[in-house]
Amino acid sequence: MSDSSTRLELVQLGCERDDRMLFSGLSLTARAGEIWQITGANGAGKTTLLRILVGLHGFFEGERRWWKPQWQQDLLYLGHQPGVREELNPLENLRYACALSDQAGDPMAALAAVGLRGFEDVPAAHLSAGQKRRVALARLWLERKAVWVLDEPYTAIDQDGVAQLDAQMQQAAEAGSLVIYTSHHRVGEGVQRLHLENGRAEVLS
Amino acid sequence: MNAFRAALGRELLVLWRSPAEIINPLFFFVMVISLFPLAISPKPELLATVAPGVLWVAALLAVMLSLDGLFRRDQESGVLDMLLTAPVMPVVPVLAKLLAHWLLTGLPLVLISPLLGHMLQLPDAALGTVMLSLLLGTPALTIVGAIGAALTVGLNRGGILLAVLVLPLYIPVLIFGAGAVSAAAGGANVDGILAILGALLALTISLGPLAVSAGLKISSGN
Repeated sequence: MSDSSTRLELVQLGCERDDRMLFSGLSLTARAGEIWQITGANGAGKTTLLRILVGLHGFFEGERRWWKPQWQQDLLYLGHQPGVREELNPLENLRYACALSDQAGDPMAALAAVGLRGFEDVPAAHLSAGQKRRVALARLWLERKAVWVLDEPYTAIDQDGVAQLDAQMQQAAEAGSLVIYTSHHRVGEGVQRLHLENGRAEVLS
Repeated sequence: MNAFRAALGRELLVLWRSPAEIINPLFFFVMVISLFPLAISPKPELLATVAPGVLWVAALLAVMLSLDGLFRRDQESGVLDMLLTAPVMPVVPVLAKLLAHWLLTGLPLVLISPLLGHMLQLPDAALGTVMLSLLLGTPALTIVGAIGAALTVGLNRGGILLAVLVLPLYIPVLIFGAGAVSAAAGGANVDGILAILGALLALTISLGPLAVSAGLKISSGN
């Protein structure tokens, strides 16, 4: 799935919300094999920026260019909410996510990889917040997409899980995927950083 | 096609595991209709006169009440964002959702309607038309209502707004549906009226899911 032409270009991107400029004049180019972390305080516009990138939020200035017209085929977006319905068990949730995102792979193995072996048929209503997040994250262990956009993937995840997730993102980048994620507390190693603050956006490396 | 089948199975499962969503519309439909003979006089001629309207208004409201939460839980849990960013066209899962919703909430209304029609003293000859008109009409009501549900999903209490948006669009279906039953009770030929209902259904099935997808995109912030 991954190829080296994967590319995201932002040109003078700006977004206003509730009469407040979240960020403006944001320009950057992200390429295959890179990991980008977006940092910033609560309400700085991290989630809104990700929603603009994946096409869920259409009110912005400037330009957002993906490398090809059918970029959605190669996108894996995990939003702020894990996208897990409580009526379904982890396996059913994951199968539906696979069917929608056209992802192949073994859902059982993916659930085992995120530490949910034995929980496959427990209704998601009985899972903890961290376990629900892990159901969503299990998609990272299925067939690899060229672009990962992850909104706060570390939320409610324990220390072992955080290390595992770091390793998985690193591996994806080495295999040629572009990984973009938000996180406001920890700063990853070897990642490009985009910091949002007081209406400005600056790239730190 | 695979995505459609997976989505349909998932929607049926989700609904099946929240039985209140299935039982509420049916219960509402049965209660409203069984209260009518108690409230107005139980004279057979009078009941037979109002029966087509009562049956259809009750069915319409039952369908509309069931639609308020159609997308809400998917939105709260983040499934809607997943659906809108997926490579599969949103129309596919939307169509699956509408079909599943109608099968488990609309179809039971159709199946029980002859019994309620009989209770309201409709002539036996009209009971087939009651079923057929509801069979053509309730899917149209579901799809049109889903457009309103998609547009109001981002609002906290969209219930009243949904009714205001959707009720005017329900009027043609109501007129022709109740009209068909009245005509059948009077012994007239109803083929023409049913054909119009069928045409309304064809129109909503072909364009409705696209409008629902567009509504969901608007609600998400596009």
